[in-house]
Amino acid sequence: MLLEVKDLVVEVEGKRILNGVNLSIREGETHVLLGPNGAGKSTLFLTILGFPKYKVVSGSIIFNGEDITNLTTTERVQKGLGVSFQSPPAIRGVSVRDLLKIESDQNPDEELSPEMLEMADKLKFGGDFLDRDVNRGFSGGEVKRSEILQLLAQQPLFTMFDEPDSGVDIENVELIAEELNALLDKDKKPGQRQKAGLLITHLGYILRFVKADKAHVLMHGVIACSGDPEEILEDIRKEGFNGCVGCAECRS
Amino acid sequence: MLVVQNVGHDAEKARNKKAALGTDVVIENFSKEDVNVYDALDDIRDVDKKTKKTLLKVGVDTESEERAGSFLQMDQSDVYAQSSFKEIEIMTTQMAYEKHDWLKDYLWKAVKPDADKYTAETAMREIETENYAGYFIRSLPNTKQTFPVQACMFIADQDVMQTAHNIIIAEENSELHLITGCATGDDVTSALHVGVSEMYLKPGARITFTMVHNWAEQVEVRPRTAIIQERDTTYVNNYILTSPVNSIQSYPTTYCNGENARALFQSIQAGTKDSIIDVGSRAYLNAPNSSAEVISRAIANDESRIFARGHLIGNVPDVKGHLECNGLVLSDESSIHAIPELEANASNLEMTHEAAVGQIDEEEIYYLTSRGLTEEEAASMIVRGFLSMDIKGLPEELARETQKMVDMSLDGM
Repeated sequence: MLLEVKDLVVEVEGKRILNGVNLSIREGETHVLLGPNGAGKSTLFLTILGFPKYKVVSGSIIFNGEDITNLTTTERVQKGLGVSFQSPPAIRGVSVRDLLKIESDQNPDEELSPEMLEMADKLKFGGDFLDRDVNRGFSGGEVKRSEILQLLAQQPLFTMFDEPDSGVDIENVELIAEELNALLDKDKKPGQRQKAGLLITHLGYILRFVKADKAHVLMHGVIACSGDPEEILEDIRKEGFNGCVGCAECRS
Repeated sequence: MLVVQNVGHDAEKARNKKAALGTDVVIENFSKEDVNVYDALDDIRDVDKKTKKTLLKVGVDTESEERAGSFLQMDQSDVYAQSSFKEIEIMTTQMAYEKHDWLKDYLWKAVKPDADKYTAETAMREIETENYAGYFIRSLPNTKQTFPVQACMFIADQDVMQTAHNIIIAEENSELHLITGCATGDDVTSALHVGVSEMYLKPGARITFTMVHNWAEQVEVRPRTAIIQERDTTYVNNYILTSPVNSIQSYPTTYCNGENARALFQSIQAGTKDSIIDVGSRAYLNAPNSSAEVISRAIANDESRIFARGHLIGNVPDVKGHLECNGLVLSDESSIHAIPELEANASNLEMTHEAAVGQIDEEEIYYLTSRGLTEEEAASMIVRGFLSMDIKGLPEELARETQKMVDMSLDGM
């Protein structure tokens, strides 16, 4: 098992958001996290990532066989966690190029490696773009492409994507999906896949291009149901999340 | 000698006149050095190794071929003044005074001797010692030299009061670039530096003036700078201070007296230890189509206090000005006081300002930790990014070099 979340109870600023979440993801698997607004999807991501605001009241997070519940974000990332944010902050004077060098363990005084430059080009992020301050004045699509590009530099073992397709125009969704598949080892044979991931999506549009193994619906701070992504999405498309309420209530 | 009499008279009256801003420095606590006690150097490369290193930190490269000339003042001695190109004159102000009888038309014309006790002291020292310390740099008409002239004010001895009177003239349609560095020797902990600088831009001229300060922790610094711009001139001022100082107070002021005069002030100030930094930029827009832009970035850490000032005065219609001040306060014991002032004395002009002072946004730190940086690394990257503004208005080579100077002083933080 690459990631195991056990009975996770989380508070943010004194308010309980997660109420005992359980989740297991194996190497090579891609899971989808669904749920209405405010259900706690981003909270689960940021708790797994270890942001200080998210207090683990009880339960644990096991990554690659190691309990990481009390590690700092930096330590978790160094062990192979990665995330693409939905709306990351802009940082003045810090360029995407600077970040890519750090993320790909390059000497900051050297030129960005040809491999990274090639990937940047592929994601339509070459040239002047690399020297722009990260996320500053970026369009929705540019933010996503920059996030994916940074993850490609990082090469995490386990990647969480927070709505990688929102705000992206249709022609670029395929482009992003291709790199998502690379980050999830989808370009390898199932038996050889080492990496795994979890993605939040509202519309499920990205799932046309990224094949998910399992879907979970997060509601009232618990996983209300898990199962085949197609079936669950189909239900939600028909009935909304109303159908999940009952399951969530009996689980919490 | 009428000029001297007036200057002396005015200065005498202002002997005890406190400056409008900044803490009051007791001048008597510092020793008046004899003039020109150090031997002059034949070659700037003859500066001793230790001093060379110190000078390099403030952008003064004694080995570089890519300088149009150099000037070095140590304490009250002018030890080197030499130009490498015939289109630029570099000499001590005293030599220029002896050579050019018109120099009196430029001395104490932009800065007044009775502005405060520091200018008064400088003027009185000139009369007492019958010597103008400081540099005279002049670009001849219709010349353009992209290599910068470098000038350095160096304090070598403890408790010294250093005064200088610098005159910079860019003649008609000429272009002049200057790097000025100020520093103290390793053994110096306390000193007072007063530098009077008067700059004159003739029609069509362009000056860029980049100054890096690296003083010792107990040094008091009171530069007094004024610029007079005639028509179609461009003045670019860059100021970088990232090392501790006891206190500095300066308010360089430009007078855009000719049509289409443009001024740009950019400053980077990082307050550390218990430094008190009071730095501003002021522009009088006195002619149509003149414009000024003031951009400052300030960071306060430890127990430092920063006053970030800017003052634009629009006196005629059809002028434009913009002030921008951003500050980051990094410790609870430090402070930033941003004081942007806009003064419109005519209709149909445009003046704006934006100021933002705050702390480092936690979101930015967390974002960077999610990319593998530690919190400390993230904070330092954010601070460096915040301070590393694009220095505009310099020729490409010089811009690159200035960026290096900025990076170097940030490295030392």
